[in-house]
Amino acid sequence: MQPINRMKIEFDSKSTNEAFARVVVAAFAAQLDPTLEDLADLKTSVSEAVTNAIIHGYEQKTGTIYMECILYSNSIKVIIEDHGIGIEDIEKAKTPAFTTKPELERSGMGFSVMESFMDTLHIESEKGKGTKIIMTKRFSRD
Amino acid sequence: MTLDITIKQENQVLTVYLKGELDHHAVSKIKDTIDLNILKAPVKKLVLDMSGVTFMDSSGIGLIVGRFNRIRSFGGSMTIKNPSQTLLKILKMSGIDQLMKIN
Ligand SMILES: Nc1ncnc2c1ncn2[C@@H]1O[C@H](COP(=O)(O)OP(=O)(O)OP(=O)(O)O)[C@@H](O)[C@H]1O
Ligand SMILES: [Mg+2]
Repeated sequence: MQPINRMKIEFDSKSTNEAFARVVVAAFAAQLDPTLEDLADLKTSVSEAVTNAIIHGYEQKTGTIYMECILYSNSIKVIIEDHGIGIEDIEKAKTPAFTTKPELERSGMGFSVMESFMDTLHIESEKGKGTKIIMTKRFSRD
Repeated sequence: MTLDITIKQENQVLTVYLKGELDHHAVSKIKDTIDLNILKAPVKKLVLDMSGVTFMDSSGIGLIVGRFNRIRSFGGSMTIKNPSQTLLKILKMSGIDQLMKIN
């Protein structure tokens, strides 16, 4: 599959950037003319990954989030990366309702949302080094 | 990007109207406002009107489940009103439709 367009940005791990990140990805994906439902799924998944980097990766302290988008003729790949605390057990982290921050009223549903709203979800993480989320979505034609 | 909150109290029903995008940033700003109002007067029922909510992720789930647990600890109940189709998708996938009435 040949990429037709690509972009990469980095931004501070501030909660105001959650909206910024999902709007940027939606604007970039708009050139493929996706349906509103596909766009909503994409925005929600981006919001989940960026929020996780802020709350868990950097534990609400200052850090940098790296986001890359690659467009193909009919799909998008989004890569969201932090250099925060990392995930000890990825399989466990993906379990619905599993959270390490119940005191912050997290529900442990973020990865489940990404899995069901995107077509593929891949997690790379190393304790103490950081986390990289790679997800793709195919756009349906209406 | 902000989330507007309007609160109305009638008899023992507290209705919270939300307008905007419900993410982690927004939730951290409105959570205490809702909780203070639950404590202020006897509340038997909490109604969350989501007709103005254009976006929600798992932070919204956390907000809803957290308020549900709180109101239930006072013996009250909770209802969600007017979520969009997009919101309904995430409310259902997280099982919130099993916890409370959505209409
Ligand atoms: N970027 C990250 N860095 C470190 N740990 C992470 C990261 N993302 C996720 N995790 C870990 O994986 C767990 C599950 O993440 P998930 O998004 O599914 O749930 P949550 O963030 O805890 O709750 P919710 O997303 O419902 O608010 C987190 O509780 C955390 O322990
Ligand atoms: Mg999460």
